[in-house]
Amino acid sequence: MALRIVDTCVNCCACEPLCPSRAIRAAKPHFLIDASACGECLGDYADPQCASICPIEGAIVNALNEPLNPLGSLTHLPPELWAAMRPASGTP
Amino acid sequence: MEHPDIIIPVVPASGGCSASACGASARQMGGLPEAVRRKVEEHPCYSEQAHHYFARMHAAVAPACNIQCNYCNRKYDCANESRPGVVSEVLTPEQAVQRTLAVGAAIPQMSVLGIAGPGDPLANRERTFATFRLLAEKAPDIKLCVSTNGLALPECVDELSQHAIEHVTITINCVDPDIGAKIYPWIFWQHRRVRGRAAAEILIAQQQKGLEMLVARGILVKVNSVLIPGVNDGHLEEVSRIVKAKGAFLHNVMPLIAAPEHGTFYGLTGQRGPTAAELKAVQDACAGDMTMMRHCRQCRADAVGLLGEDRGAEFTLEKVAAMEIDHEAALARRLAFREQVRAELEAKRTQAATQVIALHRPPRKPLGRPVLMAVATKGNGIINEHFGYAREFLVYEASEAGVRLIGHRKTEKYCGGSETCGDGESRIDRIVRTLEGCEAVLCARIGIEPWSRLEAAGIRPDTEHAMEAIEAAVAAVWRAMLEKGELADAATERQRA
Ligand code: SF4
Ligand code: SF4
Repeated sequence: MALRIVDTCVNCCACEPLCPSRAIRAAKPHFLIDASACGECLGDYADPQCASICPIEGAIVNALNEPLNPLGSLTHLPPELWAAMRPASGTP
Repeated sequence: MEHPDIIIPVVPASGGCSASACGASARQMGGLPEAVRRKVEEHPCYSEQAHHYFARMHAAVAPACNIQCNYCNRKYDCANESRPGVVSEVLTPEQAVQRTLAVGAAIPQMSVLGIAGPGDPLANRERTFATFRLLAEKAPDIKLCVSTNGLALPECVDELSQHAIEHVTITINCVDPDIGAKIYPWIFWQHRRVRGRAAAEILIAQQQKGLEMLVARGILVKVNSVLIPGVNDGHLEEVSRIVKAKGAFLHNVMPLIAAPEHGTFYGLTGQRGPTAAELKAVQDACAGDMTMMRHCRQCRADAVGLLGEDRGAEFTLEKVAAMEIDHEAALARRLAFREQVRAELEAKRTQAATQVIALHRPPRKPLGRPVLMAVATKGNGIINEHFGYAREFLVYEASEAGVRLIGHRKTEKYCGGSETCGDGESRIDRIVRTLEGCEAVLCARIGIEPWSRLEAAGIRPDTEHAMEAIEAAVAAVWRAMLEKGELADAATERQRA
């Protein structure tokens, strides 16, 4: 049971100091979660801390690859604008 | 990084601003306590005078943020304090201090280091305070300032006062949570993501509490507001009244910058920014007294300086690392420079006081209405820039009472260097729109094509005053208009009829 940071992460570093298990570290090309250390904040906080501050929809996923912050959930943009919000080049 | 990110002031050896502009500043600052006036005097963001003499620099050491604003896209920089579409290079505190010291050794005008982003400095408190601590060891004379959204402010006030930080800018866009809910989709608060009205309510309470705590500790507070037409335009006057009543020293209204290519909520949903006239109307409504400054340029989070000459390439991390710096000598140069400026400003204040008396004599000529004029300048208080090269115009208001600087209008595109921008609007169209409300443009030179486009838009191009001092030239153009009978205001017309 662990969360994972994927390649839409913008390296804003907001998540890193919040992790109660110190499971997050800066890495190239983006921040990473140590799966063996992450307990999804169970026992520490009601919500996983990294996913509660991360500003990028889709950047943090669970073991089933489901984003904790799905498209539209943070920006409140309607679905027809989701494509426009993603980076112009690079990652999907 | 490739794009130049350090803007160095072009500073006059003497007499950067002529007496009329400084007269306006004298009026602005006249009513302030001596201690505050002195603090302001050297701060390029606050004082119209200092703005001509001192450089500042921002260091991008704070990437994380604890709120989301609808005008911001975290893939880029924070739009509060920086231009969207420009990504800052995030520096470690050590790198930031090294670079600041290098700039401070090369440029004696260097007097303020600010931390403003790309995220929120107080959401990155370790990095921000580490930067201030390290800098104070080598350059205790450089003033420190912080720009924040205010959410974490109350818990940071004690530490801020320990670092002897005199200046804090809080971005306050509203005092009404219903309006806030339209600006901030969420905040991170006490280990949870809080959304909607509840989020705005917490943010507003924290901002106001932080403001009060700073004022109580004698730290200068400037409030920035982003003017968002249809969202908070009718509300900023109240914001202004409240923050001033609580002791904010300045309230600075900045325009929303929104375009689809920024990828922000506002940009993508078609929320427009204010026109120059709308911005001025709100700024006027918020002015009330003299303490509002108009020369904020929405400088980038990692920029330095005032009237812009770009020397960023001289201060890349590699070059800075290779520099041998004598910190004590650099400090001495900065102190000597400041002493010289202090003496000059003192002399000007005396002069300005004399001028005010002169202005109060009853006017002998018929009254003329105030006129806005744009000026292309590279600095030194001189009309010395080619129209086509101007990246911004200074806007002056000329009237019976004299000439005063009321703001800056940028001509640069926010999305990159191409001649046309996404919407197919050409550069000259954009400039003409930027100059809305101005009746003349004073520049060193101008091409034939832009000349006729300006004329067609009712803006008179003027190169007759090339290389002259700005205020004197603006005043001369205004007097010429007055003499030609172009400035009769409605009241005078009626009297004549
Ligand atoms: S879910 Fe919690 S434990 Fe896991 S990485 Fe995020 S903050 Fe750390
Ligand atoms: S908060 Fe999100 S975007 Fe920022 S570093 Fe962590 S995973 Fe990446």
